Amino acid sequence: MNSKEIQGSKCRERNGGTPLELEWINAFHVNRSAIERRVATLGTRRSVKKQWQAAWLLRAISCMDLTTLAGDDTPGNVLRLCAKGKQPVRQDILAEMEGLNLPVSVAAICVYHNLVKTAVDCLQGTAIPVAAVSTGFPAGQISFEHKLEQIRASVEAGASEIDIVISRSHVLLANWRKLYEEVLAYREACGPVHLKTILATGELATLTNVAKASLVCMMAGADFIKTSTGKESVNAILPVGLVMVRAIRDYYEKTGFHVGFKPAGGIGRAKQALEWFILMKEELGSEWLDASLFRFGASGLLGDIERQLEHHVTGRYSALYRHPMG
Amino acid sequence: MNIQKIYETMEYGPAPESRTVADEWLQLRKHQFDLFIAGTWQTPKIRKYLESINPANKEFLAKIAVADKSDVNKAVSAARKALPGWLAIGSHGRARYLYAIARQLQKHARLFAVLETLDNGKPIRESRDIDIPLAIRHFYHHAGWAHLLETEFPDHQPIGVVGQIIPWNFPLLMLAWKIAPALAAGNTIVLKPAELTSLTALAFAELCENIQLPPGVLNIVTGGGKTGEWIAKHPDIQKIAFTGSTEVGRILRQVTAGTGKKLSLELGGKSPFLVFEGADLDGAVEGIVDAIWFNQGQVCCAGSRLLLQESIAEKMIAKIKKRMKKLRIGNPLDKCIDMGAIVAPTQLRKIKLLLQTGKKEGCVPWQPSVACPKEGYFFSPTLFTDVSPSSTIAQEEIFGPVLVSMTFRTPAEAIALANNTRYGLAASIWSENINLALDVAPKIKAGSIWINCTNLFDAASGFGGYRESGFGREGGKEGMWEYLKPKWEAEFANKEPYRSASKAKKQNKNSALLLPIDRTAKMYIGGKQSRPDSGYTTPVHSLSGKILGAVGKGSRKDIRNAVEAAHAASSWATTSAHARAQILYYIAENFEIRSNEFAAKISQMTGISSKAAQQEVDLSIQRIYTYAAFADKYEGSVHHTPFRNVTLAMPEPIGVLGVICPSASPLLGFLSTVLPPIAIGNCVVAVPSEFFPLAATDFYQILDTSDLPGGVLNIVTGNQDTLVEVLANHDDVDGIWYFGSKAGSKMVEYASAENMKRTWVNYGKHRDWFNKLHGEGEAFLRHATQIKNIWIPYGE
Repeated sequence: MNSKEIQGSKCRERNGGTPLELEWINAFHVNRSAIERRVATLGTRRSVKKQWQAAWLLRAISCMDLTTLAGDDTPGNVLRLCAKGKQPVRQDILAEMEGLNLPVSVAAICVYHNLVKTAVDCLQGTAIPVAAVSTGFPAGQISFEHKLEQIRASVEAGASEIDIVISRSHVLLANWRKLYEEVLAYREACGPVHLKTILATGELATLTNVAKASLVCMMAGADFIKTSTGKESVNAILPVGLVMVRAIRDYYEKTGFHVGFKPAGGIGRAKQALEWFILMKEELGSEWLDASLFRFGASGLLGDIERQLEHHVTGRYSALYRHPMG
Repeated sequence: MNIQKIYETMEYGPAPESRTVADEWLQLRKHQFDLFIAGTWQTPKIRKYLESINPANKEFLAKIAVADKSDVNKAVSAARKALPGWLAIGSHGRARYLYAIARQLQKHARLFAVLETLDNGKPIRESRDIDIPLAIRHFYHHAGWAHLLETEFPDHQPIGVVGQIIPWNFPLLMLAWKIAPALAAGNTIVLKPAELTSLTALAFAELCENIQLPPGVLNIVTGGGKTGEWIAKHPDIQKIAFTGSTEVGRILRQVTAGTGKKLSLELGGKSPFLVFEGADLDGAVEGIVDAIWFNQGQVCCAGSRLLLQESIAEKMIAKIKKRMKKLRIGNPLDKCIDMGAIVAPTQLRKIKLLLQTGKKEGCVPWQPSVACPKEGYFFSPTLFTDVSPSSTIAQEEIFGPVLVSMTFRTPAEAIALANNTRYGLAASIWSENINLALDVAPKIKAGSIWINCTNLFDAASGFGGYRESGFGREGGKEGMWEYLKPKWEAEFANKEPYRSASKAKKQNKNSALLLPIDRTAKMYIGGKQSRPDSGYTTPVHSLSGKILGAVGKGSRKDIRNAVEAAHAASSWATTSAHARAQILYYIAENFEIRSNEFAAKISQMTGISSKAAQQEVDLSIQRIYTYAAFADKYEGSVHHTPFRNVTLAMPEPIGVLGVICPSASPLLGFLSTVLPPIAIGNCVVAVPSEFFPLAATDFYQILDTSDLPGGVLNIVTGNQDTLVEVLANHDDVDGIWYFGSKAGSKMVEYASAENMKRTWVNYGKHRDWFNKLHGEGEAFLRHATQIKNIWIPYGE
């Protein structure tokens, strides 16, 4: 069994996967209305204010996969992003926070394969890993062989985390074995490198499909399950998150393996970050509020968090331009 | 706590809602409140005040006036005086006031929420997001009913002055449930809030002052049980609406018995929460949180009896315990807690006592080790396992955050366990199998059924109970009927036509018990003719004193047998409406062949002209047609509740109904009163006209030839007032219709309090059965049914 210490973790055993268990998958039921009612009150049953809010937002930064995934990415903007990742919050703001004794940095920098090397070089000497999106991201409509090659190439280039996209068609056609085998192959191609499986839930049609796909990916050995590429019309939303998180809990209860969760796309406000944390804390516990088990895939979120942190120390509402851009 | 530490532990911190505005509001009123009568604030006659206490920290909040008898009298006369003016304003005018109330509540929503939480101890999240918004919605919705009153409820009028007594668990929401429909229907009100929680009602009174609601339309008299008693007994109050314990509800039924006061009762419950294998188990766990830990379990419809299918029971219990560890108990004003304080030490003691009883009986309690404040009245969430239906805690309403769990093997067993209770307020059914869920829902005896959800409420949907959970509905069109009466009721006669005449004749002949010269009609029980258990018969005389025949002298035993037979025929309720209609038409068909014979018999018995007798027979045939026609047309509705769901309001038969038929119009009166319940699926035990019973007993031959299943209609002849007493005191009779004397009406209502039968009595006022308005129509079907609301959320 592979075991790897992930950044920030307490040396947990890596998900070793299980055989594909269709009976288990089919016994997992999701009621959409019940899911929606639960998420509708998550943010109203819990409230995080004042220094609690500041601390939670700092934690959110530490769980952030700071991301750029655009056609016009160049080494220039990726370098800027890496620099921001190393020093995500203005030092004067952090200095105002009493008792704070933290190296504040993001969890990872997430880029396309072509920019992996640029990012890895830039992050030399830091603990910040580089994550590469892979397997024909975002649509995944390339040949299976190319997908495996892409993973290997990114690992070769120094990526320590690979965010793959699953073949949505396997889910829509209920081809669970094919999905299982696909992810199994990706995991093998990753070797010791961390595997995040993007479900692209916006294209899976139902919450039941999301639940089943989550379980299959975990059975095949995913280290993380991730909601979206950020390119679907609907990306990370709480109802989908709740379904995935409950699948993680179910998997943990049956196997003892901790699998991480990464909502990505559409999370741009500090308040949303708190809601996702509340979801994780309530459904999985505080253990899952850690970069080893939780990531935000985001690009705009950091800016809003910086503004909130400045507001916390000054009492004045902040403007985005006061914070260095990534 | 510093940021570094929080960063490491990721704990929640305190997040208190500000109480500044509420405190200022109390201070401005010097922490003392008088009675709101005739639009002014009046000092209570005896100058007595009780203290309102915050149960979360025992702080004094305010002094609340105690209304005594003379204060209640003043309030009632103010309401009486305001009635004509309030009527004259018209439905649109009243709609404007209700709309203004809704708007004002919305504008001051946070003040009401904070006051409610201070006074009651419920979490601010609930008062802010549930209680107050639902109350506002209730007034908006009923502003609509006010406006539509004449078109939607033709030939109806307000009842008059209504007395309303509300509980402490949802102080403002229950006030809204009471006041909105009463005002919308054009009544004026004397309302008593619960003595533990009067503050929001008093703030509401101020709000009504501000919108210049005409003085006397709404009077708020605070105080304890005694104040409530004066309201209940006041002769000028025409209706009592009560929400509270079954114990008090029963007393109210007794003290109002025979007074003609309309009564609606929303009482206790021990509602089942069924989880089948194949349910979304995590969803069900959250449902349980909303079912029993909402408002600290102080909810009449709390899902307090958890029924788990054996195959998933162990897994569910583990999940529930895990979830319970996440519950946060604390300062109710904290926006980050799940459970606040129990309303008062008396209630806390009651909960603790039942916890002890549960333990003593071998049930196993479990509580999470979560922090529970010490200074106020708090109680940890509790889960009982190893509970059986015979455990006290499985039967008694605890009204606290205590869940009892049991298991079942099959859907049939789940239904049997669910119905193994005297209550019938609500039920929750969890299954992803729509066939199963929709099969179980109609079989559970409860007014609200929530499929894959729980504790959902809305102004458009009627809420209320079956069995000892009370009667009447609040919300929706079904709720509006509770505050209206037909205009033609005023035409009802004090004397029943030609009853006394026949009595006189009969007495003349009473001395000699002659052998029947015609034939002895038997009882008709379970589709069979049966001799009276007593072995006695009573002669039936013609007007001229001639003996026309004899009927059996029914006794307790005959009633007992008839009720058993009626229960045995209960599948009538699920017989298709089309089939029921066909049988009724067939009855008409078979009856018409013998119509001349019936007319002659009626004429002989009652002395009415043969023309009039023929008219009674003709009308009887029409009446059969009326209910044959209605059988498949008296339908429910789909309420527009603001969720993605269908809320089905289904009229369900009440069950076994005792019908004491009118004495006059022996055939038409008999058919007018037994057919509506039957058409809609009830089984009936009828006691026909005591003086002219032969019309009914001849009729059973027609029933026999018309395929009416045995037991659906049972006929027991004899002394009506003796027999109705047996029916009224029979706990397996679900309802009674009584068309007899004033004294008999009182007896029926009084005795029915025991098992909370639905009663419909005439208070000695007599309908003219020849008059269609009096003698038939939807009102009869409404009284033969109760509305069950089934909430079915959907979406994949």
